[in-house]
Amino acid sequence: MSASYALLGILGKQQSYGYDLKREYDFLYGKEKTLPFGQVYGTLSRLLRDNKVSIEATEQSVGPERKLYAITTLGRADLEEWLATPEKLHPSTQTVLFIKVVTAILLDKEPNAYLDIQRAAHIERMRELTKLRRKSDLAESLQADYAMFHLEADLRWIDVTAARLQLLKEEIQSER
Amino acid sequence: MKDKEYILEAIDLKKTFGVTLALQGANLDVKQGEIVAIMGPSGSGKSTLLHCLAGILKPDSGEVMFDGKRLDQMDEAERTKLRRTAFGFVFQFGQLVPELTAEDNVALPLLLNKAGRSEAYTKARSWFPRLGIEGMEKHRTGEMSGGQSQRVALARALAIEPKVLFADEPTGSLDSLASEQVMELLVKTAREQGTTVVLVTHDPRIAAYADREVMVRDGKVTTAGRRVGAVR
Repeated sequence: MSASYALLGILGKQQSYGYDLKREYDFLYGKEKTLPFGQVYGTLSRLLRDNKVSIEATEQSVGPERKLYAITTLGRADLEEWLATPEKLHPSTQTVLFIKVVTAILLDKEPNAYLDIQRAAHIERMRELTKLRRKSDLAESLQADYAMFHLEADLRWIDVTAARLQLLKEEIQSER
Repeated sequence: MKDKEYILEAIDLKKTFGVTLALQGANLDVKQGEIVAIMGPSGSGKSTLLHCLAGILKPDSGEVMFDGKRLDQMDEAERTKLRRTAFGFVFQFGQLVPELTAEDNVALPLLLNKAGRSEAYTKARSWFPRLGIEGMEKHRTGEMSGGQSQRVALARALAIEPKVLFADEPTGSLDSLASEQVMELLVKTAREQGTTVVLVTHDPRIAAYADREVMVRDGKVTTAGRRVGAVR
């Protein structure tokens, strides 16, 4: 979904050929995961079907036909609305992490051991992102920061849960 | 010492303060040139462990080995000498003299180690461009920003070319951006000098700069499986 808006955003700046759109997308967003050509053309044909983009010109000198895409008025309105709409918050508090902690308690296992493993995995990912950020441009570095802060939020939850495990155990056992 | 590659070892350390059991059998090995983060909740014993490793505190029992020698058996004079010549320290705040200039602060440990005044100041000044604070040599540290002060503190700690740098929440008083800058400099200079770093932090973003992290919980060191064997 966000790939289609990212492409619309690029077209909102200027008309573009499919190949150039892919290159621009990869430059802006795709350092870790580039957008496959198939997805670019698939997305463009959906946007075309929905009248959010139009073909302004077609040229064929040598090789395959090249189409010049442009954003339509409808596409621009959709893009503006998407920009102005807040993203949905995480819909559920029943996270996998919480379920694992409770399951460990139910099975009389040590939840701290699981939390330690999860903490180490999170910090390992933060270590990778820290290294990535060192050799990145600002755009890529800010994307890494976004991931880092989300990992940090998980880690804060892990720490608070670790500190309250005894209470949680007592609560679960008293309710059963 | 069991293995020459370890510059620092804590073996079954126990330490109490009154009725509080701060360390209850803590073990940790640190390799030469390694950067290790010690994490843990407040009151878990992580700072006590760092203070025992650095010879600031004597454990009630257990061994601290530094470079093949029993640190815990040294007398106060020997440990003080070691802290001046082989160990560098960066704390959250308080280690700089605010009335002195930045270069005075950096030169101070060198002067205490009996370096000549000219040599001490030349060496001290050489750290300012390396840490991105060139031009601040004559500023009083009390008038500097938190990030600048911590860079001066880092210069002061590294000026004696320590074998081990001990850092206790070195970015605890800084915002995210200043923390990153200080940590980048700390890691870069430590790698260049081959300095081993033992870093206490509660902040996972800071721990992510280390080669590995260990957790201290209830006075014991735990780890989650990586570098198996590093923690006994």
